[in-house]
Amino acid sequence: MELKNILEAVLFSAQKPMSPKELQELFALTAEQTEEEIARALKKTKQEAIATALEELAGEHERAARSYRLVCVAGSWQFVSQPEFAPWIRTLVGQKQRPTRLSQPALETLAIIAYRQPITRAEIEQIRGVAVDGVMQTLLERDLVEQSGKAEVVGRPSLYSTTPEFLEYFGLRSLEEMPAADELRRITVQKPESLVTAEPGLATAPPEVLAEADINQLTASPAVAASERENKG
Amino acid sequence: MGVAKGVVLAFNARDSRTVPARAMSEYKLKFEIFEGPLDLLLHLVKKEEVDIHQVNLTKITTQFIEYIDLMRVFDLDIAGEFLVMASTLMYIKSRELLPVEQQVVAEGEEEEEDPRWELIRRLVEYKKFKDAAAQLQERESAQEHIYPRLPGKPEFAADGPVPRAPVSVFDLVNAVNSILKRFTTQEARDVYEDKWTVGEKIESILTLIQTRPVLKFSELFVTATTRGEVIVTFLAMLELIRLRQMVIDQPEPFAEIEIRIAPPETLAESAPDASMPIAMENAENISPAATN
Repeated sequence: MELKNILEAVLFSAQKPMSPKELQELFALTAEQTEEEIARALKKTKQEAIATALEELAGEHERAARSYRLVCVAGSWQFVSQPEFAPWIRTLVGQKQRPTRLSQPALETLAIIAYRQPITRAEIEQIRGVAVDGVMQTLLERDLVEQSGKAEVVGRPSLYSTTPEFLEYFGLRSLEEMPAADELRRITVQKPESLVTAEPGLATAPPEVLAEADINQLTASPAVAASERENKG
Repeated sequence: MGVAKGVVLAFNARDSRTVPARAMSEYKLKFEIFEGPLDLLLHLVKKEEVDIHQVNLTKITTQFIEYIDLMRVFDLDIAGEFLVMASTLMYIKSRELLPVEQQVVAEGEEEEEDPRWELIRRLVEYKKFKDAAAQLQERESAQEHIYPRLPGKPEFAADGPVPRAPVSVFDLVNAVNSILKRFTTQEARDVYEDKWTVGEKIESILTLIQTRPVLKFSELFVTATTRGEVIVTFLAMLELIRLRQMVIDQPEPFAEIEIRIAPPETLAESAPDASMPIAMENAENISPAATN
């Protein structure tokens, strides 16, 4: 009996997604309640070992191409069905209870917060070019974002971050799993040495010059990026 | 409200300005809602089908202002952000008209940021987030098709004590029979007058249970010396259950029956008489001989 088999059996019967920490507690409790040698041996299983075994297990299921898979959402693991089987499951258990889909402005604002958190309202508006009051209200009400502190600038405006519910809603394991996370997190687009005006009109620099600038994007700390943005404005 | 939206009507005709008003209805109208000036600018750049960095800003400026005019024609509220963007574009355009050496350098700035670059930087950044939003949207709808495995709640409650097994009439009959076996031999030779009534036994059971929270079934009968006394005690116990003064159950199936004072919350729901339809209205009058 291997660790991953035990984890599989536990998650198969679990009433809710379980984190490696919860699974570790379960192992400790089981060891206390049973004489079983294996259970006792697993008493002090490390969370890292559990996480590794879960990854391995998920990989096995993936390769076996079953109709279900093991996924990690917001740090907790559970079995879910593959999306292509939704029509039949829907007939069986009914439409999933989900709130109405998010509007385009809400999604844009959410994307900005997700990649740039913690971020102030003013910074979001700077990127979107429009006020975000109404949209922020919706996102806060739906618990997708929350106030996570105050910025150390004049007026001490609130900083906003995404919540675990955000990860759950989009089925994300963590913020790192978001597409192109490295690229979007802190885009500090560098100004090219000289802007080449390709034609006497108003055409801007040729793409190779600017493309190079794109590549040189730095992943700066929030404070640095904020101050840079201030300098530019 | 803060959400600025510009509604733009794009005609399929080559040049909307030449379209006579009366013919307008014949043209297919395409509504586009822009989230803000950056969104509109991106749309215009996309229409040009060139790289965002290569776009001719003069042309885009003209088109942007045309759109604002259109919005005015359709009597739409033009959000301030659109006007700010229009002025930025106009500034860039006017600045380009001057030779480099005559361009004004704003006070306090050693080297002025090229406004074209600033605008393009914002556009590129906005575009990336717009794409990210689209990916989030895909994930959002994909999630609707993913069902988690939710096993039904196990029959036994995961937390709290394991529910105790109920006691059926047959369990009770069996239990009392095994007690009565102690007296089978004596019964034949001893004749007693009835020493005990059910009422008296009820009293003694109640006294006993006050001192001990849980009584084993057999403990009720340890003092019994006759078959008759066992039966009277048994009837007293049944009566107390019927009156909901006590409850009986087993720690687990086939374990010995236990007797407890009825807990207050189960007074209403535990209805042992449902499983024991035994009428005992005349319990006082039942003599041991009659039950034999």
